[in-house]
Amino acid sequence: MVGAMTYAFEAEGLVKRFGTTTALAGIDLAARRGTVLGVLGPNGAGKTTAVRILATLLRPDAGRATVGGHDVVADAAEVRRLIGLTGQYASVDEDLTGTQNLVLIGRLLDLSRRDARARAAELLAWFDLTEAAGRPAKTYSGGMRRRLDLAASLVGRPEVIYLDEPTTGLDPAKREEMWGVVRSLVDDGSTVLLTTQYLDEADALADEISVIDHGRVIAHGTPGELKRIAGSQTIVVRPTEPDRIGEVAEILRASTGAEPELPRPGLLTVPVEGDAPFTAVVRRLDDAGIGVVELALRLPSLDEVFFTLTGHGADEPTEVAA
Amino acid sequence: MTTTTRAAATPPRTRAPRGAARRFGLARHSLALAGRSLIKTLRTPEQLLDVTLQPIIFVLIFVYLLGGAISGSQHAYLEFLLPAIMVQTVLFASIATGVSLNTDVEKGVFDRFRSLPIARSAPLVGSVVGDLVRFVVSIVVLFAFGYAIGFRIGTDPLSTLAACLLTIAFAFAVSWIGVLLGVVMRSPGAVQGTAFLVLFPLTFGTNMMVPTDTLPGWLQWWVGINPVADVMEAARGLIIGGPVAGPVTRSLLWTVAIIAVFAPLAVRAYRRRA
Repeated sequence: MVGAMTYAFEAEGLVKRFGTTTALAGIDLAARRGTVLGVLGPNGAGKTTAVRILATLLRPDAGRATVGGHDVVADAAEVRRLIGLTGQYASVDEDLTGTQNLVLIGRLLDLSRRDARARAAELLAWFDLTEAAGRPAKTYSGGMRRRLDLAASLVGRPEVIYLDEPTTGLDPAKREEMWGVVRSLVDDGSTVLLTTQYLDEADALADEISVIDHGRVIAHGTPGELKRIAGSQTIVVRPTEPDRIGEVAEILRASTGAEPELPRPGLLTVPVEGDAPFTAVVRRLDDAGIGVVELALRLPSLDEVFFTLTGHGADEPTEVAA
Repeated sequence: MTTTTRAAATPPRTRAPRGAARRFGLARHSLALAGRSLIKTLRTPEQLLDVTLQPIIFVLIFVYLLGGAISGSQHAYLEFLLPAIMVQTVLFASIATGVSLNTDVEKGVFDRFRSLPIARSAPLVGSVVGDLVRFVVSIVVLFAFGYAIGFRIGTDPLSTLAACLLTIAFAFAVSWIGVLLGVVMRSPGAVQGTAFLVLFPLTFGTNMMVPTDTLPGWLQWWVGINPVADVMEAARGLIIGGPVAGPVTRSLLWTVAIIAVFAPLAVRAYRRRA
């Protein structure tokens, strides 16, 4: 099989039901070695269920999945040697210190006491947690807990790393920091499965993206391909003086050749292809001496991607998967 | 800031040996996890309040409230009662294993354990062994308090130690019933309530407080088949003197039998509760 050699993990037709709820309705996911697969979808789409199956924590009702060529059901023990898992909630022991948490994992991975300590110190240093190493994890901030959790999943130098919504609830600076971590993991040769609700996050990190909804993959491709499906980017302008909105509309029309919309009073949006018109808009606004409170080139939001792909928004809640 | 340096650096990957597959994995992993329980207990010593106060309260109630009426002499009654109280307090202490496990299983850290290449039973065995400290504390407190109010062992320290070890071994076995409840039931409160329901007839339905021949016939029958009565009888024999061989053998057989039934059931239930 070609797949076994080129894919770090591969799932085919995974189905999982919880009672009458179908969390996964037959999804395929795969990532080549050393790449990031982004799994993008709203709450309850089945992202966590898929990760839990690939991490051997759940058995699929149908379909099959392999990690490094090992079946996640029949060969779970082998799979567990290859993976590192970071859940949505930080799965560290709050009563243990940072060091104790990591040493425990090291010991469970059969490192000697000395190696486990060395590995813990190394990871704590890398995640900027050395100063907090001796404090119980319950005293950590949300961002520190996430970092400790991620460190715990890296103790065994896993080949495949699952990051289940690693930035949900983090402030923008911490989010950027986490992105840096993911990039360096990939630089180092790991394969990453990253689930997220944010298109910009998938766009920034993933080599390929699977968009899932209601337990199905509804689109798959590179970030560029998906953005083309979802349609153009949008320029958003909010002038400082609301009565100059007419002039702004004129500038937008002239720069993009498209008709601006007024979704809310005082705010104009216009769809564009590529980013060239944006520069023109900025220059013309400046020439005309129009101040702005908001001026942005926006990617289509997950909502817009979903609307294009499914005809419904991403915020319509689907049943929560375990 | 650190952000930039981290983004540029790669995670440390010094290829230290990942630990060649070593032997006795289950034992080593369970001990590592028992160490985790121990750290947690020592970090919140108030968790030990029950096992510290309970033996004292039981002795006070039984000896001073009932002792005079039951045996005429509080001192004679203390000798009769204390070995059995030891068994009872250690069994009550074993309930905590199932209760804390019930809280733990829901937490993310157990997901982490499940995603590691360790035996599925290791976290459960770790919880059971980690509660050893509770048993030891309750026994030490009980003997210290007993000695303060006049209790003296009637045999020798070695036999007394054997009685303590036998009691702890039996409590480990009973812990597995708690572990099964802890894995199957939905809330810590339910685990605690059910465990006490099971333990009350087992500990009080014995000759702990009064000699068996004073009991009505149906209760004598229950005491006859109750394993806790055997353990109490064995502890009494080893600590103050009396028949030993029969009760000790029966206690050990019960210990093995309870583990043989409930440990696999608990592990199976844990496996299913993915």
